[in-house]
Amino acid sequence: MKTKIKPAEVSAKRPVAVLEPVAAPRKPKAVVPVKERRLRFGAEWEYAPAPETVPAKIEARYELFIDGKFVGPHSGKYFDSINPATEEKLCEIAHGDAEDVDRAVKAARRAFEGVWGKMSGRDRGKYLYRVARLVQEKSRELAVLETMDGGKPIKESRDFDLPMVAAHFFYHGGWADKLAYAFPGKTPRALGVAGQIIPWNFPLLMAAWKIAPALACGNTVVLKPSRTTSVSALHLARIFQEAGVPDGVVNIVTGTAETGAAIYHHADVNKIAFTGSTEVGKIIARACAGTGKRLTLELGGKAANIVLEDAPLDQAVEGVVCGIYFNQGHVCCAGSRLFVQEGVYATVIKKLRDRIQTLRLGNPLDKNTDVGAINSGWQLEKIRELVQSGQEEGAEIEQTQCALPARGYWYPPTFLTNVTMSNRVAREEIFGPVLSVMTFRTPEEALERANNTPYGLSAGVWTDKGSKIFKMAGKLRAGVVWANSYNKFDPASPFGGYKESGFGREGGAQGLSAYVDLS
Amino acid sequence: MNATLSYPVRPGSIREAVPTVDQVTIEERAADFTKRSIKTSAKLAGLKMVVSMIDLTTLEGKDTPGRIAYLCRKALRPIEAKYEVPSCGAVCVYPNMVRYARRFLGDNSPVRVASVATGFPSGQYPLRTKLEETRRATGDGADEIDMVMDRGAFLAGDHGRVSDEIGAIKGACGEAHLKVILETGELVTYDNVRLASQLAMEAGADFIKTSTGKVQPAATLPVTLVMLEAIRDYFFATGVRIGMKPAGGIRTAKQSLAYLVMVKETLGDDWLTPELFRIGASTLLNDVLMQIVKTVEGNYQSADYFSLS
Repeated sequence: MKTKIKPAEVSAKRPVAVLEPVAAPRKPKAVVPVKERRLRFGAEWEYAPAPETVPAKIEARYELFIDGKFVGPHSGKYFDSINPATEEKLCEIAHGDAEDVDRAVKAARRAFEGVWGKMSGRDRGKYLYRVARLVQEKSRELAVLETMDGGKPIKESRDFDLPMVAAHFFYHGGWADKLAYAFPGKTPRALGVAGQIIPWNFPLLMAAWKIAPALACGNTVVLKPSRTTSVSALHLARIFQEAGVPDGVVNIVTGTAETGAAIYHHADVNKIAFTGSTEVGKIIARACAGTGKRLTLELGGKAANIVLEDAPLDQAVEGVVCGIYFNQGHVCCAGSRLFVQEGVYATVIKKLRDRIQTLRLGNPLDKNTDVGAINSGWQLEKIRELVQSGQEEGAEIEQTQCALPARGYWYPPTFLTNVTMSNRVAREEIFGPVLSVMTFRTPEEALERANNTPYGLSAGVWTDKGSKIFKMAGKLRAGVVWANSYNKFDPASPFGGYKESGFGREGGAQGLSAYVDLS
Repeated sequence: MNATLSYPVRPGSIREAVPTVDQVTIEERAADFTKRSIKTSAKLAGLKMVVSMIDLTTLEGKDTPGRIAYLCRKALRPIEAKYEVPSCGAVCVYPNMVRYARRFLGDNSPVRVASVATGFPSGQYPLRTKLEETRRATGDGADEIDMVMDRGAFLAGDHGRVSDEIGAIKGACGEAHLKVILETGELVTYDNVRLASQLAMEAGADFIKTSTGKVQPAATLPVTLVMLEAIRDYFFATGVRIGMKPAGGIRTAKQSLAYLVMVKETLGDDWLTPELFRIGASTLLNDVLMQIVKTVEGNYQSADYFSLS
């Protein structure tokens, strides 16, 4: 390759044979580097409001769903459900008590012994498929409900929550008549009545996540949604009615922590599945100890998202953003601790700072909203308190520069730098859109720091080198490790924690084992 | 430890100049931009901006002076004045047609004359003829030269040669703006696109452009995103704003708005100008006009109401 290219001299404008003489072209501006190398994310071209127009039929009052019917609570009491984006009352929800739970458990027991427990897997599967299809048909309306009740952006409830709800019913519908293949050489038998207590971050998805495998395996269910997000579960109850699922197979008892306690203290419940805080998880574990109840817990997390210096940085930043700001950070597997290798630290911070400026916070029903409302005033206080403690301990704060709506519960996407491993913001689960950024020097150090937490639900690794991914994934003490991606879910993939993030797996063939007796 | 964490930014780091690109994540990110819902006032403003960014293109063997006249007039006045639609950014033609375009547009036209050059579309020609072609085009009045990168040399690993050639053409451009066509459909991987973008920008490109339109796939959202990210990192490193031109395959108003959203959310407002963002297209213009008229009038007009170029 000896070809040498001679630098061409700037061409003298030769007169060219043209039909008519033309004048010299306009001179382009000379290239002058600008001094301030900043990107400007302003209002040059502002997106007009694009609210979702499908109407949601929210009723004034919701009752308990017991034995296939909507019934009033024993106490006669109701509590308000608030739209966190406006602080306005959305509807009233029945306050179930121990009496109601007992009715529900009895109905579930009857349904288990009378119909569901005896039904062939193939027939159970048919019901689950029917539920899945109905969820798909009503998905737009359910997405609007979910967004109004919980504050999450319609983009996420529409594109993530609802498709996953349907996927879980479809997936487990498929297992219903194939359980023998999931446990070769064993005879899987249903446990009986499953008590299920779910959180407020993915109300409908968590309901599907719990109900679908339980029903597929032949169990019946008493489900308690979170106090702040009961509406969508009750609409799901209607879908069970519409699908003709036998009475008592699914019972939904709304209420408070005491309602939940009545479920896990009930003597005739065979299995408890709980998703929520580690604090409550420990209480439940104590209550179930020695009772013979089977238990799975999916608790908190403080996941490490590790960016190595050979990572595809722009995509890593994308994964970091998805990891922590998805669903306002109300995600148990949120990548709330970012570990960046020192060599690329400055670049990653710079990119992250720019990236969060393009996140749009506001009306959750607007299709262009990326970050919705914090689920409750209580949760907002907790986030504020933790961020303040971080700042007091020396952390520097970076936030999306955006106006917060006057009413409702809002917290802008935030990340904290100058965080050390001993800071509270690096150890406690914030459950909000707040990221703590730390550094490391070598992959070994990243592993040590990532594992230095009582939690162990999930982790992320970003590198261009496959061998590093396998090496690190094997040593990270977390139930799920995402490589060059984050927050990816599939009903076929088991999900669950190490250490104080709980035990048991949900999803996949592994998730079925929590709902069958193999002895 | 706290004090040591505020490092100076070192955008010149070798590792960071040409980072790798993760295919799955960049494709997901690109798809995100199509989910923005652009309605009413934003749609109208966006579509008018798109018109001002279109390089209205004809690149056919059968191009004639008469055809160029149609194209130039359409670019100058895309639709009747009452819709307040700006002129297109440029007309893009073969070198032999440059003189006619110049004549029809006049000297102080808001519409620029862009010429493809350097053995378009393959680039498989001697440098000497490429230089001559470039000089002829600028001499005939081209404001902008759309050169094709030597993909053969790039894929053979001869990056120095690619770079030297771009530099030489830049020299021959004189005052004309240089757009370097990477022909991403032949580079295939995003890593290649990212590297080629960096080579082109360092060698003197004023714009980087995805495709000739003669190879499939032409412009796609993810490939354009890779190039926008390269432009952004080059800007941080040098303070120079390089322009971007996706070309080929952008046929609908909706697609073009997704590109605009991507530019706005990747490079920011400073790039929302025909000085720094163009779309190479021919059929796109009338679809955009149709949507503009629909947004203003409230109903769709038949295609017969929109003049051909």
